[in-house]
Amino acid sequence: MSTALSYVERDSVIHQMTGTTKLFFFLFWSVAAMITYDTRVLVGMFLFGCVLFKISKLKWKEISFALIFMFTLMAINIVGIYVFAPEQGVEIYGTRHVVAELFWRYSITLEQLFYMFNFLMKYMAVIPIALLFIMTTNPSEFAASMNKIGISYRVGYSVAIALRYIPDIQRDYREISQAQQARGISLGKDEKTLDRIKNSAAILFPLVLSSIQRIETISNAMELRGFGKHKKRTWIMAKPMGKRDYVGIVLSIAILAVSVAMIIVNGGRYYNPFI
Amino acid sequence: MENKNQLSIKSIVAIGIGAALFFVLGRFVAIPSPVPNTTINIQYGILGVFCVIYGPVVGILSGFIGHTLIDLSWGSPWWSWIIASAVFGLIVGFAKKSINIESGNFGGKQIAAFNIFQVVGHLVAWAVVAPVLDILIYNEPIEKLFAQGAFAAVSNSVSTAIVGTIILLAYSKTRTKEGSLNKEN
Repeated sequence: MSTALSYVERDSVIHQMTGTTKLFFFLFWSVAAMITYDTRVLVGMFLFGCVLFKISKLKWKEISFALIFMFTLMAINIVGIYVFAPEQGVEIYGTRHVVAELFWRYSITLEQLFYMFNFLMKYMAVIPIALLFIMTTNPSEFAASMNKIGISYRVGYSVAIALRYIPDIQRDYREISQAQQARGISLGKDEKTLDRIKNSAAILFPLVLSSIQRIETISNAMELRGFGKHKKRTWIMAKPMGKRDYVGIVLSIAILAVSVAMIIVNGGRYYNPFI
Repeated sequence: MENKNQLSIKSIVAIGIGAALFFVLGRFVAIPSPVPNTTINIQYGILGVFCVIYGPVVGILSGFIGHTLIDLSWGSPWWSWIIASAVFGLIVGFAKKSINIESGNFGGKQIAAFNIFQVVGHLVAWAVVAPVLDILIYNEPIEKLFAQGAFAAVSNSVSTAIVGTIILLAYSKTRTKEGSLNKEN
């Protein structure tokens, strides 16, 4: 089950940055990509993200399976947009340059193509940075990083616990599901959909019970060690901030500022080449 | 002394384990549905169960963290749907008080309450929150979003109704019934 992206140890500038910087960078970058619809900003962010990805020394084959999945998802999304609203771009940009008339209400317009390209770029702009964030940050550093940007260390601990117990729960699930399959409870295609859902409950119930037991054990252990007594805590995995971290944070603020500035310059979220 | 405004240790752990369960079920367990290329999301059934046992704070945070981890493991977060998952957790979490599963009573009335909360939760999450955020962020066509949202709300409600109800029913049997002990004279 190694199909999920996870931390990859390498020696690069980006790996050396603190988790706090990367979390900060990732959040600012996401917000910047979310608010703007300016093609130039989005393409710029995407290219810059690709450069950073290159610097991180991560390899294409480490991400290709995830990218293929994402592209499939995006393709379905874009087809969906066209099927439901072939004139969305015309509505947004206010002009109509027809390239080809198809059938019924479907025709290809430059505006629609441009809108769909922008939609794709909006997603693409975030991908390199999200990949960097996941693949260059040591999960043990997550909790410390979240705490540093002002999130309560209790919530940080929840995230740390989630990351720590994902493999255990995965193993539990596999064991229970195999045991139930041996008893003839299947989730496969040979069952009707409703039966499949019902059968899944037979696997999930033992899983829930074992998880609840786990919650009891862990919370008792934490209580015994006096967790939560103090307002603050220190982190074994926390790294001190260096020069590169300040550069990173300033850069992320600059990108968000550009994104906001372009909205003001354009007088809206869109860059309109049609007028 | 424990401060009331802070998360209790049990909630902290429940959020973490709940998020991990949500992640494992949402990421690795794919139950094929009759519609091609779509799978049934059983993770919301489990999230519903956790909400009823542990309340709204655990619901909102495990939904948020679990869904963020799922999206990140694919490479990029889709915030509008992540927030919708959190909203679902929040709404179903309010069912904790009216159901009181720890009392061991989970009969017709409680089953109805759970299902009303979860259907409302799914409707608000997928037919209101997710599409509205998608319009604000991506300016996607309204027709597409509401078609998507309606499909998600219906299929998630059905799977949550089945999975959630069965598990809560079984769970309630493991609790000691309120008033099951009589004082002997």
